[in-house]
Amino acid sequence: MPTVSVKRDLLFQALGRTYTDEEFDELCFEFGLELDEITSEKEIISKEQGNVKAAGASGVVLYKIDVPANRYDLLCLEGLVRGLQVFKERIKAPVYKRVMPDGKIQKLIITEETAKIRPFAVAAVLRNIKFTKDRYDSFIELQEKLHQNICRKRALVAIGTHDLDTLSGPFTYTAKRPSDIKFKPLNKTKEYTACELMNIYKTDNHLKHYLHIIENKPLYPVIYDSNGAVLSMPPIINGDHSRITVNTRNIFIECTGTDFTKAKIVLDIIVTMFSEYCENQFTVEAAEVVFPNGKSHTFPELAYRKEMVRADLINKKVGIRETPENLAKLLTRMYLKSEVIGDGNQIEIEIPPTRADIIHACDIVEDAAIAYGYNNIQMTLPKTYTIANQFPLNKLTELLRHDMAAAGFTEALTFALCSQEDIADKLGVDISATKAVHISNPKTAEFQVARTTLLPGLLKTIAANRKMPLPLKLFEISDIVIKDSNTDVGAKNYRHLCAVYYNKNPGFEIIHGLLDRIMQLLDVPPGEDKGGYVIKASEGPAFFPGRCAEIFARGQSVGKLGVLHPDVITKFELTMPCSSLEINIGPFL
Amino acid sequence: MADGQHPARDQHDTFFLRDPAEALQLPMDYVQRVKRTHSQGGYGSQGYKYNWKLDEARKNLLRTHTTSASARALYRLAQKKPFTPVKYFSIDRVFRNETLDATHLAEFHQIEGVVADHGLTLGHLMGVLREFFTKLGITQLRFKPAYNPYTEPSMEVFSYHQGLKKWVEVGNSGVFRPEMLLPMGLPENVSVIAWGLSLERPTMIKYGINNIRELVGHKVNLQMVYDSPLCRLDAEPRPPPTQEAA
Repeated sequence: MPTVSVKRDLLFQALGRTYTDEEFDELCFEFGLELDEITSEKEIISKEQGNVKAAGASGVVLYKIDVPANRYDLLCLEGLVRGLQVFKERIKAPVYKRVMPDGKIQKLIITEETAKIRPFAVAAVLRNIKFTKDRYDSFIELQEKLHQNICRKRALVAIGTHDLDTLSGPFTYTAKRPSDIKFKPLNKTKEYTACELMNIYKTDNHLKHYLHIIENKPLYPVIYDSNGAVLSMPPIINGDHSRITVNTRNIFIECTGTDFTKAKIVLDIIVTMFSEYCENQFTVEAAEVVFPNGKSHTFPELAYRKEMVRADLINKKVGIRETPENLAKLLTRMYLKSEVIGDGNQIEIEIPPTRADIIHACDIVEDAAIAYGYNNIQMTLPKTYTIANQFPLNKLTELLRHDMAAAGFTEALTFALCSQEDIADKLGVDISATKAVHISNPKTAEFQVARTTLLPGLLKTIAANRKMPLPLKLFEISDIVIKDSNTDVGAKNYRHLCAVYYNKNPGFEIIHGLLDRIMQLLDVPPGEDKGGYVIKASEGPAFFPGRCAEIFARGQSVGKLGVLHPDVITKFELTMPCSSLEINIGPFL
Repeated sequence: MADGQHPARDQHDTFFLRDPAEALQLPMDYVQRVKRTHSQGGYGSQGYKYNWKLDEARKNLLRTHTTSASARALYRLAQKKPFTPVKYFSIDRVFRNETLDATHLAEFHQIEGVVADHGLTLGHLMGVLREFFTKLGITQLRFKPAYNPYTEPSMEVFSYHQGLKKWVEVGNSGVFRPEMLLPMGLPENVSVIAWGLSLERPTMIKYGINNIRELVGHKVNLQMVYDSPLCRLDAEPRPPPTQEAA
């Protein structure tokens, strides 16, 4: 969930009233936000770096507000305030307009070289904007938030904002060889080539995460103005030449990326949020983008869309009984200006460009429910009549668990993921023989494979409980995973039952007795021919030679039991003899 | 059937598989409907308007929530005609490739409930949640608007914790989106309400346990297992053990 940090007093000033923390928490709860933390810069630094470093920092109260991941219009103070004010019916939702410039329209020309690396670009102009330090900070912060969320860490879209008065259009968005790109980037004092910058930023804690997006490509994206000044090298860094300051009056915004829809949404969000500070409030100056095929488009789109929803549909889906007029009022409070039309049952809803999250009637239903107040909805029970059944494999597992405990064994709940060693080397086999499922991105060796046997988990449990009195008798009935090309995903789960006996003596007769008891519980008689079970002497690298048997039941091999080999004992850091039993209970369903 | 760009996949750190890396068999007609819905829209939806890629959807991973199992069950249900209402539940393991700490493990369990029928409302979902949580001994509930990529409306469920003296989240819920249900082949007027919660978190709160490793994994203290009383959710709770500040 994205978190937006706002200065509490600024927030209250913009909202036109103050709240106690509890009151504001309540307001957030109602609206679908979460007041996650109340802190200050001083407190944050203090927590992270100690009181000394925090000494000069600001004690201004900060509200950290969690915002739903699909609400890009609530990612900054401006958006939050606007949303809350409309919700509380204190203001009417402003209407955003795209206007043509008095003079020539700003042009961004895309060349075909960008096609292979970052094909899309959109642009717009914020004219005669007035920043204060707080507004400026908010402007920068919103870009960062968008980058982290909808832009998927700049991979899909990257935003560049520039002081238009330092530049001269038309602008060219092209891609060049890294060695051919040279400019002074933001926060540096001299010019560098793109190759040099890639190296320099390898140690930059902020920018190093984005280098991979273009690093190994033959051409890097770059935007120039008509005098050859570099606006930016997306998605990495802007040029210093066009840097924005608190005094900037006219802003040229470009968004480049690999997802056209998201680039348009991102542009719409930035301009709708900050056009509040333009002289001509809530207007955005158009810019023209010319694509390699010669076609030109005007941006930002700032499209308002109309949807029609039946009032009774909303009532039915939520479980309320509001008149169409009331529903229209509720939706208008959620920034979805609505009115009743037609036969009196239809509601026409205007969806603003800030609500790209509304893609289906169900999104509108949710907003109506939020405005109504979730906790005002009457709770009822569905009249659905069904007959319940337990999943047969789980039912059998439950029954066996209780009787295993009755036999004196204690249940363990171990991890399904483990190291390759755990299921192979430590048990004397090669990993390739295990047909194990391998994880591709494990953070440590503990998550290399999915277990193919329950035995390692139980042995590790004993190792972690060495101080317990002997004997230790453990069991687990749970899934193991084996590769299987006959299934749709390529792997299959098997429900295994595994038990171990750990004591000064191996206790093979105890484990054998347990097997007999389990077969008795499963109503499987001894003896091969009556569809019963039998054990046959066998070998296995995990077992002591001559002390291992394979279990056959209902015509198939279902598992093994035996005394564990001393090597296995040692590899699992144990010191006493141990015998084990492991069977697949699937055949007994 | 989520993929690299869809928020359902990004929101959690995921374990991808090296071997087997991809799903071998997929019902291709279903795949086509999902692709169309995501990239162009359909079923009354604008869609997500991006380049849905089969390769991404094919990638195998360990499920990060049991909703993927519910989705499979609903798909199977949708193939049976005529439609019959169902109530499903599951309690099973999920996997997240996240940074581990006292309250986070790579594997834990989720409880999930699903009701599919004609004409279900948000009020029904709240009613079911109230009955469900009452059985767990949790009675003071509040519902908060939330966001899940696959449900709309969505609600987080909060309950007042007497010991901590604050409202804590006890579950997540919602009505499955048509973009998810309709490509499966479920009839248009069928709604599916669902809710879920983790198993470990409420257990830790109930028993005053601070480290999840005391409940799951091989480091569990066997003495604790030997000594634990019956878990009786309907009996009067003993005052919880003194807790350190959360």
